[in-house]
Amino acid sequence: MTGHSTYVPKSALARWFESRLPIMGLVHSSFIAYPTPKNLNYWWTFGGIASFMLAAQIVTGVVLAMHYTPEVTMAFDSVEKIMRDVNFGWLMRYAHANGASMFFVAVYIHIFRSLYYGSYKAPREVLWILGVIIFLLMMATAFMGYVLPWGQMSFWGAKVITSLFSAIPFVGDAITIWLWGGYSVDNPTLNRFYSLHYLLPFMIAGVVVLHVWALHVSGQNNPTGVEVKSVPKDTVPFTPYATVKDAFGMVCFFILFAWFVFYVPGILGDADNYIRANPLVTPAHIVPEWYFLPFYAILRAIPSKLGGVIAMFSSIAIFLFLPWLDTSRVRSARYRPVFKIFFWVFVATGIGLGYLGSQPPEGGFVIAARILTAYYFLHLLVIIPLLGLFERPRPLPASIADSVLASRASVGARVAAE
Amino acid sequence: MAANSVTAHSVATGATGPEPTRRDFLYIATGAAAVVATGATIWPLISQMSPDASTLALASTEVDLSGIAEGQILTVKWRGNPVFVRHRTPKEIKEAEDTPLSQLPDPATDQSRVKKPEWLVVIGVCTHLGCVPLGHQGPYDGWFCPCHGSVYDTSGRIRQGPAPRNLDLPSYKFTSDTKILIG
Repeated sequence: MTGHSTYVPKSALARWFESRLPIMGLVHSSFIAYPTPKNLNYWWTFGGIASFMLAAQIVTGVVLAMHYTPEVTMAFDSVEKIMRDVNFGWLMRYAHANGASMFFVAVYIHIFRSLYYGSYKAPREVLWILGVIIFLLMMATAFMGYVLPWGQMSFWGAKVITSLFSAIPFVGDAITIWLWGGYSVDNPTLNRFYSLHYLLPFMIAGVVVLHVWALHVSGQNNPTGVEVKSVPKDTVPFTPYATVKDAFGMVCFFILFAWFVFYVPGILGDADNYIRANPLVTPAHIVPEWYFLPFYAILRAIPSKLGGVIAMFSSIAIFLFLPWLDTSRVRSARYRPVFKIFFWVFVATGIGLGYLGSQPPEGGFVIAARILTAYYFLHLLVIIPLLGLFERPRPLPASIADSVLASRASVGARVAAE
Repeated sequence: MAANSVTAHSVATGATGPEPTRRDFLYIATGAAAVVATGATIWPLISQMSPDASTLALASTEVDLSGIAEGQILTVKWRGNPVFVRHRTPKEIKEAEDTPLSQLPDPATDQSRVKKPEWLVVIGVCTHLGCVPLGHQGPYDGWFCPCHGSVYDTSGRIRQGPAPRNLDLPSYKFTSDTKILIG
C-alpha cells in the first residue's frame, strides 16, 4: 500500500536537497500520493483530529509551563495568576484543560470506529497495539496534569490513584512511598508529576509516529472492511481527497472545542478543584475527570482492593489481545448483523459505567456497576470469541469499488423511481 | 559464553574444536562490565525518587492530650498524613473489647491496638486507597470512609467495605500522663 515515492523535485535546490535527505519524498509519499480507500467516511477523520489535539496540548502546555510554579505553597496561586494576570492566560489554561477532554473525545471516537469496522484485525494488530499504548500514555499524562493545579480534587485524585499501587502484594507500600517521595502525596510528588507531565506528551508523539508508520505499511481499513484490491479502482490520492475531508472534520470539531472554551469552560471541571489542596480533609465525593469514569466504576465495583485494581487495569490491557479474541474473519460490523447489536450494547455498557463512576458508591449504584462490569468482561472474553464462530455474516462486496458503485446504483434507482 | 561451552565440551570429549579467541574474551569482559555499569547507573536514578533526608527528618510530633474531651477526636499531622487521637468513652471501649475476633476481617484484639484503653491513636488514612475517614460515622460509630465506603469500628478495625487492613498504628509513646510523642 505504501508504494514507491513518485516525488519529482522541481527546482535545482530541491533536487540537491532530496539527494542528500529525501524528506520531501517521504512527506509526498505519506501525505500527498498515499492511496486512501475511496469510501472512507467522517469517522476516519478522528485520527487526524486527535493528532491535532496532541499538537494543541503541547503548544498550550509549553506556554502554561512558562507561568506555572510546581511547588505546593505556590502551585495553586500560580494557576490563579495565570487566570487573572497573564495576558491571555485564561485562554491558554481553558484551551489546555478543555483540550484534554477534547483529545479524549477524539480518541474515544477513533477507538470505537476501530471496534465497529474491525480495524484491529490482521494485518493491523501492531497498529492497534500501538494505539492502546498511546491511550495508556494519554491516561498517565492527563492524570498527572490534573494534579498540577493543586486543588482538592488534584490532591485526592493523586492520593487515590497512586494508592492503587499499594495493592501489590508485599512490595506495594514500598512502591507507593517511592512514587510519592514521602509518606503521602506532597511537594516531591508534585515536582515529579510536573516533570513527567512535560515528558510524556513527547513520548506520545513518538508512538504516534510509529502508529502512522504501521498504518502506512498495512494501509487504512475502510467501512466495508474489504482490503484494497486495485489501487486505481479502490483508492484516491491522500491529497486533495483525504486532506480536505480531514481538514473539514477538524474545523467542525474546533467549533465544538471553541464552544467549550468560550461558553462553558468550567462545565467539565470539578468545583472542588478551586479549593486549595488540604491533606487532612477528603472531599465528600471524589470523582475523576469524565474520561476516567468507566474505569473508576470498575475499580469500585469489585469488593476487594487488589481485585478492584486488577479488574481496572485488565479492563484496558484486555484490548491488547482483542485482535486474537475476535475470531471472525469479517471485519466490518456492516456485514455482521449480530456483532452490530452487541457493539451498541457494549457502547451503552461503557456509557453506563461512566455514569455509575460519577455516582457515590452506595446501594443500587454498586449493584448496577457490578452487573455492567461483569458484562464488560463477558463481552470481550466470551461474546466476541464466540460470535466469530457462530455468527453468519452477510455477503461481502467483491471490492471497495463494487460497494461504492452498488450504493450509487441503489440511490440512482430510487431517484429514477421517484 | 557459547565459545566457552564449546571449549569445555571439546576438552571433555577430547575432540578438537575452535579455540576461544581474543574477541571472545573481549566480548565476555565487555558484556560483564556493561551489566555492572548499567546496574550502577540505574540504582541512583531509581533511588533519587525515594523520600529524601529532609522528609525523613520530619519524623516526630508531640500531642498534648489534656485538651481532648471524652468522645472527642483530635486530628494532628504527622509525616504529611493525619493521625487521629481519640479519647474513647467507656461505651466505645467496651464495644471494641467485646467484639469477637471471628467477626473481624483483619483480626486484632483491642488491647493490642492501644497503650491505654481510653486513648486510641491511629493513622487517619484509609487502608483502601488513602482517603481520610470521617469520625463518629458508620454502623460501628468508629469511622466511615466517604470515598469507597469502608467502615471502621471504635478500635479503628476494618469491619465492612473494600479496605484490606485495620487503620495502621503509628509508633508513639506517653512522655507524661497527658502527652504523647508520635514517631
